[in-house]
Formats: sequence, structure tokens, C-alpha cells
Amino acid sequence: MSLIAVERIKLFSTRSPWWCMIVAAVLSIGLAALATGLATGADEAQVTPAMSQFGVGLGQMVMMVMAALAVTTEYRFNTIKTSFQAVPQRTSLLLNKTIVVASLAGLVGLVAAFGSWAIGNLLAGTADMSIDSANDWRLLAGQGLVYALAAVFAIAVGILIRQSAGAIAILILWPLLVESLLPLIPKIGDDLQKWTPFTNATRYINGGQDMGLAGADAAGPSTALSPWMALLYFATWAVGLLVIALVVASRRDA
Amino acid sequence: MIEAAGLTKHYGKTVAVDNLSFTVNPGKVTGFLGPNGAGKSTTMRMILGLDTPTGGDVRIDGKHYRDLHRPLTKIGALLDAKWVHPNRSARAHLAWMAASNKLPKKRVDEVLDVVGLTSVANKRAGGYSLGMSQRLGIAGALLGDPEVLLFDEPVNGLDPEGIVWIRNFMHRLAADGRTVFVSSHLLSEMSLTAEELIVIGRGKLIAQSSTQDFVDRASGTTVKVRTPHLDKFQAVLKRENAVTRVEGQGTDGIALFIEGEVTTDAVGELAAAEGITLHELSLQRGSLEQAFMQMTGDTVEYHAHDLDPNVATVIDPAAAEAPAVSPTEVAAGPKEDN
Repeated sequence: MSLIAVERIKLFSTRSPWWCMIVAAVLSIGLAALATGLATGADEAQVTPAMSQFGVGLGQMVMMVMAALAVTTEYRFNTIKTSFQAVPQRTSLLLNKTIVVASLAGLVGLVAAFGSWAIGNLLAGTADMSIDSANDWRLLAGQGLVYALAAVFAIAVGILIRQSAGAIAILILWPLLVESLLPLIPKIGDDLQKWTPFTNATRYINGGQDMGLAGADAAGPSTALSPWMALLYFATWAVGLLVIALVVASRRDA
Repeated sequence: MIEAAGLTKHYGKTVAVDNLSFTVNPGKVTGFLGPNGAGKSTTMRMILGLDTPTGGDVRIDGKHYRDLHRPLTKIGALLDAKWVHPNRSARAHLAWMAASNKLPKKRVDEVLDVVGLTSVANKRAGGYSLGMSQRLGIAGALLGDPEVLLFDEPVNGLDPEGIVWIRNFMHRLAADGRTVFVSSHLLSEMSLTAEELIVIGRGKLIAQSSTQDFVDRASGTTVKVRTPHLDKFQAVLKRENAVTRVEGQGTDGIALFIEGEVTTDAVGELAAAEGITLHELSLQRGSLEQAFMQMTGDTVEYHAHDLDPNVATVIDPAAAEAPAVSPTEVAAGPKEDN
């Protein structure tokens, strides 16, 4: 438990995590306000809960940046050395950091998801925004899981890369560009994309959801997996990468 | 007690530490001396388990650092004062360190008080001067009230006030019965701080001994004499086969140095027997610089010494006025008045 306290003190004793959390929530909810609030008249009735969640993915990016920074700033300012000096059991220390950061990201994910839904509910009064099916709950509560796993992914990348700029570039370019450009490769591109981590994370959230006014394409590419299997697949990526990162961190010089 | 056995570290093709074995004994200040790049910091990082040795190992009371639980209670260290997040306050920095080793929160305030940072404890550490950062680093080292303390170049870049503070602090720690292992390339600093010395050069052990022995063994002693009858006394000494040299300028500044196995007693008696007035008669212990240069100096310096053994014996006072340029002579000149 003491190592949880260590990482909690570290995280909350600088300002940037606070800013990241605020920006993540504001971006998510703000985009939800635009996506739902600008639909008027007949369009308004076609707004669905899934439409309120478009910005939540953007908030997820911000939380991934926060998670990566939680590691890379330690390397940048050499506090990682002080950390390993205080706790030579490196795996244990980094695992506790992962738990703290991922839990926080999960919490922010829930705030972003339910906050976005709430603003949509408020602005699109004539639409059916009720949360009553398992799919609806997966859409909203599921964001907590995706945020947390994305944070694990980001921490692993942060440990491996050690530099803020490099880690953040990878974490933004990979989901936004690499995964979405893969289908440009002839023959195998589509299949490759089906097995990428973040496409499956989106599949978990959007699979089987009514995209309403935005149209079915807004759900993103369908993958070979059912939504919950897609989440498991995403989790395997995150945890697998973390295991590699922990092994590397224990072996190399601090 | 810190024991290194055959400690070796390679970075690619660079050999930073080469088969280094030494022991840091408890209850003393041990100096870790070597020129820049000799491998001092690398050795210290290996002691703390931050870098993994390529070969050999180093143990603290028989244990590898990585096997220590709550290591801060065993060994406190300050390797670099800037290893602090600039936007975190001193108090928060120490708070997470305390939490990591299950130390009570009040320890944070105690160590802040010891190093005199209480008034700025809630300010961001990035705004601290080097001296303040160094104090924060020392506070971190003291947090777990450890028996062993490790400091890497603690006075580097500090102002005179900071240097005196650190020096006194080390003496206090040693007086408490703690083991202090402190590295420096500032030799004069070490002679004031350390009882024992571990000297390394290019990653290899050069000597481990008491500071006194190291200096005595490496440089011998010199007797300094100031007298209005310089030429006469010099002639007397020459008759006695003493090796002398004259240094300094002006009537009062010129002094005669008698080298080799001489004592102030013998020189004083000789002067009395010849009826020569002495204005000063003192023993000049060889400086640590001198000892260090002799032991770590490269072959070029030794060659210079071999080719011109008389270079240190300047008999003509006129020649003494010209500043010496030979590195040997610079090294041999007493820099420390004891």
C-alpha cells in the first residue's frame, strides 16, 4: 500500500496531471455539447447516446499523454533514479505507478463518458437518450475500462521510450494515423487493421451501438471480435507491452 | 560496511570501472578520490543498484542493494542534487520518499529542519539555488536515519559558505558514528574531510589507506625556514648534504625548503650551532595534490622527473623568481601551510 501512496503523492504534487484531467473532461464534454446541441428540429430526435461519446476518444488521448508523462518526466528529471534508490524493487514500484495512473484515468473516463451523455441528454431533449440496455452501459461505463487500459498502454510506451516527445508522438500517431491508414495497404490492409489494439478498443465501445444521425460508419471498422473479446484483445496488448516494459526497466541501468 | 569485489562496468567499449575492490569501514569518513571520469559516480551508482555491474559485485553489510527492504533506513545517498522534479515542492519530494520506506511523516519536517529548509519547504524545488538543492538532497539522504551515507561530489559548484556547511555537516555525521563515503576530485577538500581514502584513476584502484599515510607515503615531508642569513644557512645545509630549494620573493617572502628525511628539531639545532637567526621554522606536510599527482600522474610526468632530477632544487635565488613551469615542480611546491 505504501507504494500506492508514493505514486499518489508524486502524481498530485505537480500541476500537469490536474491540467490533463481537466482538459480531458472538458474536451469530451465540450465535443458532446457540439455533436448533440447543434442537431435541431428533426435531426435532434435522431441523436443517440453513442453520438454523445465522439469526444470521449479525444479525452482518452489526453489521458494517455498524462500517463506517459507520469513516467517520462521521471526519466527527464532523473527522479526515476531517486525512485529506484528508495525502492530497488523496480517492478513493484512501476506496477504501483501503473495502478495509480490507470485508476485515475479510468475515473476520468467515467466522468467524461457520463458527463458527455448528460450534456447530450440536456441539449437533445427530444432524443431517446435513456440508458437501459447492456449495450448502453457498455458504451458509457466501458469508457472507464478503455481509459484505464489505454493508460497502461501509455505507461508501457513511456517506460520503453523514456522521452516525453517520442512517447507522446507514438501514442498519438499510432491510434490516429497508423491504425486508420492500414487499410490503404492492398489485400492485407483491412485484416491488419482488424488486429490493431485501438481499433479493437473502439470496437468494444461502438460495437452494436446505434450511431443515429452520424450514420453506421461513425462506429469505425468492425473487427473479427465481439465487443467484449475486442476489449480482452486490447487488454492483452496493454498488459503484454507493460510486461515487456517492466522486464526492460529491471534490467537496464536506471 | 560497503564491500566491492572485482567491480567492473563497461559501457559499450568504454571501461568505466575496472576490477575495483575496496572496503568502506564503518564509523569513518572515507574519501573516494579520483580525477574527473575516473569512475567514481559509476561506482556509486552500482553501490545503489542503479547500474548493474558488468562483473564483480558490491554489497552493503553483505547484501546487494536490490535485496534491501526500506533501503533508505540503511544507506542514504546524494548522487545529484538536481534529481528532483522542478515543479514539486521540497516537502512533497521528501514526502513520497518517506512513504516509500514507511517512514513517519514527521521525519520530513525533522530533516527539513536539520538542513535549514523549513521556510522554503513548500516552494517548488526548481527555483532553488544549487546550495539549497544540495541541502534538499542531504535531507533526502538523512530521511531514513541511515548508518551509511553516500555523497557524490557534494561541494561541487557550491559557494564558500555552502562548502563550509557541507564540511561541518560531514564531521557531524561522522561524530554521530555514521559511515560516510564521499567522492571528490577536490583533493584539498578531501584532506579536510576524510580520514580514510580510496583513490582510483581510470576505473582502477590506486590506493586505499588513511589520508595521513597516503600523503606521507606519496610525498614525504619538507621543512620550511625563513632566515635573514639565507645564503650562509644554505651553505651550511649543503655541507650537511641536505637537499634545499629557495622559493618566494622579497626579503620576507623568500623561504628555504629542506627536503628529505629531516625534522624541525635537527634544522633548529643546526641553525643554533651556527648562530643563525631563524624567523620561521615549520614542517610542511606534502599536500594531497602532490601525493595524488605522484600516484596518478601519467608516464609523461614521471619521465620529466627522471630526466631532470635537479629541477626541484633551485639554488640560485634569481632563478627562483622566475615562475616555475615544469609540472613536476608545480606538483612538488607546497600548497598547503599546516
